[in-house]
Amino acid sequence: MAERQITEADLRARVRKLLDEAHPDRVDQFTFRGKQYDLGLAWVHFPEGFGGLGLSPAMQAIVADEIARNAKTLYDDMAINPIGIGMGAPTVLTHGTEWMKTTLLRRIFTGEDTWCQLFSEPGAGSDVAGLATRAVREGDYFTVNGQKVWTSLAHVSRWGMLLARSDPDAPKHLGMSYFLLDMHSPGVEVRPLHQITGEAEFNEVFLTDVKIPADRIMGKQGEGWKVAITTLMNERTAIGGAAARRGGGSIGILLEMWKERQPGRFAADCETVMRDRIARLYIESELLRLTNQRARAARKAGNPGPEGSVAKLAQAEMNKRIWECAMDVLGADSMVYEAGYARRRPSLQSRTTHLAMAKYQFLRARANSIEGGTSEVMRNILGERVLGLPGEPRGDKDVPWKSIPRSA
Amino acid sequence: MDFSFTPEHEELRQTVRRFLEKESTEQIVRKLMETESGYDPKTWARMASELSLVGLAVPEQFGGAGYGPVELAIVFEEMGRVLFCGPYLSTAVLAAGAFMHAAEAAPRAKLLGEIAAGRAIATLALAEASGRWDLESIAMRARRDGARWRLEGVKDYVLDGNLAGIVLVAARADDGLALFLVEGGAAGFERNPLPALDLTRKLARLSFANTPAERISGAGDCAPALERVIGQAIAMLAAEQAGGAQRCLEMSVEYAKTRLQFGRPIGSFQAIKHKCADLLVETEFARSAAYNAAFCAAGGDDAELAQAAHIAKSYCSEAYFHAAADNIQIHGGMGFTWEHPAHLYFKRARASSVIFGDPVAHRLKLAAALGA
Repeated sequence: MAERQITEADLRARVRKLLDEAHPDRVDQFTFRGKQYDLGLAWVHFPEGFGGLGLSPAMQAIVADEIARNAKTLYDDMAINPIGIGMGAPTVLTHGTEWMKTTLLRRIFTGEDTWCQLFSEPGAGSDVAGLATRAVREGDYFTVNGQKVWTSLAHVSRWGMLLARSDPDAPKHLGMSYFLLDMHSPGVEVRPLHQITGEAEFNEVFLTDVKIPADRIMGKQGEGWKVAITTLMNERTAIGGAAARRGGGSIGILLEMWKERQPGRFAADCETVMRDRIARLYIESELLRLTNQRARAARKAGNPGPEGSVAKLAQAEMNKRIWECAMDVLGADSMVYEAGYARRRPSLQSRTTHLAMAKYQFLRARANSIEGGTSEVMRNILGERVLGLPGEPRGDKDVPWKSIPRSA
Repeated sequence: MDFSFTPEHEELRQTVRRFLEKESTEQIVRKLMETESGYDPKTWARMASELSLVGLAVPEQFGGAGYGPVELAIVFEEMGRVLFCGPYLSTAVLAAGAFMHAAEAAPRAKLLGEIAAGRAIATLALAEASGRWDLESIAMRARRDGARWRLEGVKDYVLDGNLAGIVLVAARADDGLALFLVEGGAAGFERNPLPALDLTRKLARLSFANTPAERISGAGDCAPALERVIGQAIAMLAAEQAGGAQRCLEMSVEYAKTRLQFGRPIGSFQAIKHKCADLLVETEFARSAAYNAAFCAAGGDDAELAQAAHIAKSYCSEAYFHAAADNIQIHGGMGFTWEHPAHLYFKRARASSVIFGDPVAHRLKLAAALGA
């Protein structure tokens, strides 16, 4: 691509051109976002022709800002196709075939095709590279058998990013291949996975003699882990409850619940203890927000430090304690679960009051320290990558995957 | 709030770090902590003249460098790392702050320059037998005696109270809390050094028996001005605590990488690694709390500063204590010896957690400020 300088003003002008041609307040989602893609405004850091302009990723904020100034209908990538846009598109761009790039990227962005990620298995959680779903090559096809779990959006997905073991004799990281799976293929069965709240945010995906054409592989056969790293590097672990402004998020709800408590609910001495706990949580919440601010400032200045790495661990642990405290504010009433445990897909309508929110979040927050890296794994990462402490001796390196002990 | 430190800030940090690496080695700290005055007058003079550190936050018209709390916090963070021994918190923050915010123009003009030039060690006596630093708990009375005043009572836990030439005392006058200057040799004024848990910071009990004093605050209650001084002092102490916590974490990590047991570095065991990871989180949060308090102190909004100070004092105190305690644990038997510096940090952490109020007191004040 020829070197060329696109200034902020150029970019804003380009957005206004988009709005002239297809205004989101007047055309539907697919039309508007299709046009946004065609003008290189979908993800400006992608190359031209694939929804981008070869600019710095930071300039995407200018696009969003210009759209927000001129339109009421605003689309949220994370609501439209979080896994496809967040993880699928960068993986396709880096490792996908020409067919994948020309056919799939646009439909990912418009939201016509929802994507899901098929990595975790019942026997491969924190140790996802130990996965056991088998992919056996038979001529122009791979035949896949196995089970995936914790698959968000699988029930509505058109495409899945599938990591499977193609060579069990190779060491674990070297024997995997990465496939683009048509979720409508015969042998793909999606079942809702009901969690602690009774709801099913996630799915189990059973793969039985599923045929995948050999040209749907991403990267090379046996190099699936490398491709998976690209996907995982783009993973955004969004745990609910982070306060974007002072006293917002989970801690804001806890504070309000405390202020709304029944008079006489606590004895005077108990009130003091609760006040201390709530102030402690407020402090941690505020310091997480300020630490994230420091991390942003450091990134902007070009010298990211450890402040950026501590957020996931800190937030997961803090969020759990905030909701535990909220249950203590409710006291005996915390034994009642008005929403019930109906086995269904999540519905935000059931969580419109503080009371319902607190009881739901108390249960849901348990996953915060498990999903997107358990707190134990996060502590290993902080210890090893940030502080430089040595790793643990391992029994699973440089040996064939099939000889590594596995849970039954 | 934007927590951006400028290249000039980084330069200040490096300058101070280089200076302290020479002038506040462990050997020097151990020597000074065994002395009664607890500081080296030659080093102090260089800090005042060569580096302009003593008057760093004093306006230029009084001979200071004209910087503010953010720059001062950088110095404190560096001092905390090496357990700097000297009357810096008392002189450069408490007393200088009292002169800047709570004193009338004449005494300020007369004495602030002496402090900035390094010619006078000074302190501010706040706490009394109750050991509380909130201004409501100050009971000491000041009685008018012609043009002068007389003080009666005891001030406790006074930072560097044994050596300060300028002693400022907060006491109750008829029109509210006021600030008084007591001269070193004044009648009925007695100083008793306290045997300190933390040898690196000197404490004294000051007794006043009908002691003549000069009122330096203007007419009316000076409590709001003193609150600001205490808020700024908390921000500085919090930076010192964050620096100390950071150093404890570094010591722990260095040791965990090299100490071998069961044929491997102890840092490869998750029991140690996860302790270090948790300390990293707390240390980063402590820095955020301290920087936030310093930026709020510079911002000039008293309510903001008060809240930031509650957060910083509560969090940094506990984070430092955890880091200092775990540092001993990670060093094992070695960390329990007199010879190893871990106990010096542990004692500094414990003592500094109560100066200007303990974590619980600050959390409950924060709760009140939040309406909780």
